Order: sequence, then structure tokens, then C-alpha cells
Amino acid sequence: MKETFTKGMARNIYYGGSLFFLLLFFALTFDTVSELPDRDNRQAINESVTLGKKVWEVNNCIGCHTLLGEGAYFAPELGNVVKRYGSKAAVKAFIMSRPAAGIPGRRSMPQFNLTEEELQGVADFLEYVGGVNTEGWPPNIQG
Amino acid sequence: MKYQSQSVAKLYFIAAIGLFVGQILFGVIMGLQYVIGDFLFPYIPFNVARMVHTNLLIVWLLFGFMGASYYLVPEEAERELYAPWLAKLLFWIFLFAGAATILGYLLVPYAELAKLTMNDLLPTMGREFLEQPTITKIGIVIVVLGFLFNVGMTVLTGRKTVVTIVLLTGLTGLAVFFLFAFYNPVNIVLDKYFWWWVVHLWVEGVWELIMGAILAFVLIKITGVDREVIEKWLYIIIALTLISGIIGTGHHYFWIGAPSYWQWFGSIFSALEPIPFFVMTLFAFNVVNKRRREHPNKVATLWALGTAVMAFLGAGVWGFLHTLAPVNYYTHGTQITAAHGHMAFYGAYVMIVLTIISYSMPIMRGRVANGPKAQVLEMWSFWLMTVSMVFITLFLTGAGILQVYLQRYSDTPLGFMVVQEKIELFYWMREIAGVIFLIGLIVYIMSFFVKHDDEVTA
Ligand code: HEM
Ligand code: HEM
Ligand SMILES: [Fe+2]
Repeated sequence: MKETFTKGMARNIYYGGSLFFLLLFFALTFDTVSELPDRDNRQAINESVTLGKKVWEVNNCIGCHTLLGEGAYFAPELGNVVKRYGSKAAVKAFIMSRPAAGIPGRRSMPQFNLTEEELQGVADFLEYVGGVNTEGWPPNIQG
Repeated sequence: MKYQSQSVAKLYFIAAIGLFVGQILFGVIMGLQYVIGDFLFPYIPFNVARMVHTNLLIVWLLFGFMGASYYLVPEEAERELYAPWLAKLLFWIFLFAGAATILGYLLVPYAELAKLTMNDLLPTMGREFLEQPTITKIGIVIVVLGFLFNVGMTVLTGRKTVVTIVLLTGLTGLAVFFLFAFYNPVNIVLDKYFWWWVVHLWVEGVWELIMGAILAFVLIKITGVDREVIEKWLYIIIALTLISGIIGTGHHYFWIGAPSYWQWFGSIFSALEPIPFFVMTLFAFNVVNKRRREHPNKVATLWALGTAVMAFLGAGVWGFLHTLAPVNYYTHGTQITAAHGHMAFYGAYVMIVLTIISYSMPIMRGRVANGPKAQVLEMWSFWLMTVSMVFITLFLTGAGILQVYLQRYSDTPLGFMVVQEKIELFYWMREIAGVIFLIGLIVYIMSFFVKHDDEVTA
């Protein structure tokens, strides 16, 4: 452990290695950001999607659900929910119809009392997320 | 205690332990909601309990890191803290902001809280772990900057050691990467991409520097091994950490819209991330075996060794389990993730904070180490919490394997909720293990109240 490999050498590897890989990470990030326009479905972003993302955030939907596999594991994946339900109308109907007192004994989703505009926004937002190129994830429609 | 001002750490540690209790109570509530779906509904919906659980975790770990810094920096720098009054002031601000935020989660609907705190001005809420109102986030930045200034001035005007430089680098990184919490574009891919700059670059980057520095400090103190030796280990560990962990961020970029080359970069580099954790284990055992003295604080040594082992298991082994892209394709966002998250956070960051508390708290209370009774009780709490965390992890892993098979792998995939009902047994067992964890935590707190007998104080 002594002499041959000194503390100074370890320190240099730390500084040199970290700096090198940090710069590589920045370079890869730069490349990623420049490739995203072809992958992230940004053309679908409009006012309704923007409102939808806000509704998604201020109701903390991520506290129960995953979105593209990230979030909480208490409730289903929503990145592909519009496809799973067949239509945005079906998704809206589900969100709208949650009983305020919950469903006895079952995991219950709150009733958020969204306006029609907000409901449409969330549905549009989820459809937009569904259009992101996720390299074929999730493995099947169940999410 | 060599310097009077080190004692501000005590305040931070007491708050940390108090918030830890809150975290675990909400963990147990959520564990019950997993099996009795409408438990406490609609008063405490799952998402609220989850925010409280994870935010308390982060806040108490930050209290722990700050306390650790206030304790070890003066001793390393060989001078009093630059501004002890600032440390005390920031403590109360942070505690108040933290408590107000948690009460906000519990007392008003989240959407209402967003409105009250004017989230629209700079929307940052509603993303996992970053649920805090924007003003709380700004408060965190102010507190952390004040803290960094205080600790930084102490280091710069005193003796500089490798431990304090590494610690300071980690803490600065913590502050810098937190700034990405304020970047929240509508574009979900950009949002997610940079969200990980906070989360991943914290736990698999700069926090490991903080952890390494604290571990090195405690090991220097309890083993009496030559500082040169320990510092070399520390450099090796943090070099490996950053070399693997920075590009390793890519293991979160497989399926969120980023280019496909991340499957290669992410898999290869994150597969190397267990190495620094393994070296940390070698380091801890090696140094303890070569100890030059018998420190009377046996339980602190236990925590130090336990940290190294459990961090390797939770982050290294359980992390590797699902980090290769072809595996992660199936396990992404399942109970496997939760299993790993629990053991990694506990093994690395909970345990390192409990290690420094175990070492320093007796000293701040005027003795080298606690008496045998208190130490034995604390050892009981170590085993109760650690073993029950192992079981929580195993049960969640079992649940996760079944979930992956039934929902994603088999030829006839079942719906999410159908699968959740089928694997209920594992959630019940997780809950039992969770209750034992809570008992372990109660035993831990009791160990502070064992009446001190003076025999070992020498
Ligand atoms: C009594 C023991 C505990 C129980 C029953 C418990 C339960 C839970 C539950 C049910 C979740 C939510 C999972 C989901 O999103 O569906 C969760 C999340 C989490 N808990 Fe715990 N917890 C416990 C202890 C702990 C401890 C000690 C830690 C830290 C060391 C911790 C850290 C976390 C983290 C980081 C998450 C987020 C996980 C992720 O997103 O993958 N928990 N916990
Ligand atoms: C102490 C260090 C670590 C901590 C505290 C930690 C914690 C976590 C947490 C809480 C998550 C869930 C994040 C979310 O909610 O989406 C996560 C995800 C993940 N971690 Fe770690 N981790 C650590 C180290 C590692 C290491 C060393 C590896 C790889 C060898 C790793 C591999 C992963 C992977 C692949 C995921 C994504 C899981 C998914 O796709 O759902 N982690 N980690
Ligand atoms: Fe990661």
C-alpha cells in the first residue's frame, strides 16, 4: 500500500479524472440537447399542454404515479395511459369520476375538482409525453 | 471536545434525530396504505405521506451533514468556528422553514399550497423529491450558502487537511447541483434530464465525497491510524466515485427520450459505481484492523464498519442489480427501484450521519464514550434497524421480481393494480419489518437517556 502508489498520485487521478469526465459529461449533454428536437415531441407542446403540466405538478400526481418510469410506485404508469385507455376522453372521464371519499379498502385517487380546461390540459399533456421517443419502453401496454 | 464552538453540532444532531422519527412514522403509514389502500384517505393521501417521508429524509440528512461539518471542521482546522452565532441562527431558520413546509403539506391541499406560495412566479413544485414550495427552495439555498461561508472561512483561515478540503468540495457541489431544482421547462425530457443533475449527482456524486470525508475523520479519531494512510484511501475512493458516477448518470437516461447511446455510456460507467463503495469497505476494515489504539467508543466503530458494508450492499450490489440497460428495461420504476432506494439511502447516508453522531455526541456531552449500558443499547438499535432494513429490501425485491414478471415479462401481462393485489403478502411483510425498524429507532433514542456511569470516562 506504500511508496509505489503515493498519496500525490491518488490526488492527481482524482483531480484529473474528475475534470476529464465532468467535461465529457458536459459534451455529451450538449450533444443530447442538440439531438432532442427529433426525439422529445416538442412540436406537440402548446398552451393546453403547458397548462396540463402545471396541473400535473400542482396536484403532485408524481407522488403516486410514475411518468416514463419515474416517480412513485403506488399507482400505474401514465406515460402511455392515453394509449392504454384508448382515448383522451376516457382518461378525462376516469380523473373526473374519482369519489371524494375514496373507494373502501382500495388504493384511492383523490378527486381534484379540475375544470374542463384543466382536465383537457392534463389529457393533452399525457398524450404529449406519450409521443416521446422512449426507445421502446415500457415493454408492453400495461406500463 | 477541543473547541467550544463544535458544540453547535449538538443542536443539528438533535433536530436530525427528531425529523428521522417523523420520516419513519410516515414510512409506516405508507407501508399500511400499500395494503389497506384507503387508510387515512382522504386526510393523508399517499402522495402527501410520501412527500413528508422523503422530504423529511432529505432535510434531516442535511441537518446531519451540517452538524457533522460544524463538529469536524474546527477540530481539523484547529480553530474555533468562524461564526458560531451564524450557525445557530441558520439552524433555527432551517428548522422553521422545514417544519412550516411539512405542515403545509399536511394541512392544505398541495394545489392550495402552490397557490399560497405563488408557485406560478417560478414553478418548481410537483417533481419527485423537489416538492418544496419555491420559497422553501430559496430558503434552502440561503441557509446552505450561509453554512458554506461559515465552514469555508473556518477552513481557509485554519489548518487545511484533505478531510476538510474533500468535505468542502462535496458541500459546494451539493449547493451547486441543487440550483438545477429551479430549472423546470415544460419540455418533459429536458425537465427529467436536468432533474437528475440534482438527484443522481447528489447521491452518486458529491454526497459520496461528504460521506468519505466524515468516515475518514471518524476513522482517524477512533483508530489512531496515520493520517497519510487514510488520506490516500480517501483520494482513491473519491476519484473512483467521480470517474464512474458522473457519466454513470446515464443509467437514468435510457428511457426518458435521451439518445440511445446513453444505454452504453450509462450501463458501462454505472456498472463501475460499486467499485468505490467496495473500496470504502476495504478501507474501513483495513484501517480498523491496523488500529493503533483501543477507543472506548465501540459502538461508533460498529456504525463506521456498518456504514461501509451497508452502503456497498445497498448502493453497490442492489444498484448493480438493475443498472444495465437490458435489465433496467424491465425493472425501471418498479419495487426493485424502491428496494434499492431504501437500502442505499440507509446504508450510505443514514448510517454515516448516525456514525458521526455516535462518535461525537458523547464527547459533546462531556465524556470520551458512553458507558457500557448505553453502548449496548445503541448496538441493539444498530442491529434492529440494520437487519430490518435488510428485510425491507428483501421483501421489496421479492415484490419487485414478481411485479416485473407478471406485469412486464410474461406472455400474458397483467394490469398494474391486478399485480399489486397478487403481491400483497410481500407488502405485509415489508410493513412488519418497518415496524421493527421503528422499534429499533425508539431503542436508539432510549440509548441517549441511559444514566451515565463514570467508569469508562478516562
Ligand atoms: C419503517 C420503515 C419504512 C417504510 C415502511 C417505508 C416505506 C416507504 C414507501 C411505501 C415508499 C413509497 C414507495 C412508492 O413510491 O410507492 C417509500 C419511499 C421512500 N423511502 Fe421509505 N420507508 C421506510 C423507511 C425508510 C428509510 C429508513 C429510508 C431512508 C434511509 C427511506 C427512504 C425512502 C426513499 C428514498 C423513498 C423514495 C424511493 C424511490 O423513489 O425509489 N425509507 N418508503
Ligand atoms: C448511496 C448511493 C445511492 C443512493 C442513495 C441511491 C438511491 C436511489 C434512489 C432513491 C433511486 C430512485 C430514484 C427515483 O425515485 O426515481 C435510485 C435509482 C436508481 N439507482 Fe441508485 N442510489 C445510489 C447508488 C446507486 C449505484 C451505485 C447504482 C449503480 C450501480 C445505482 C443504480 C440505480 C439505478 C439504475 C436506478 C434507476 C432505477 C429505475 O430505473 O427505476 N444507484 N437510486
Ligand atoms: Fe443514479
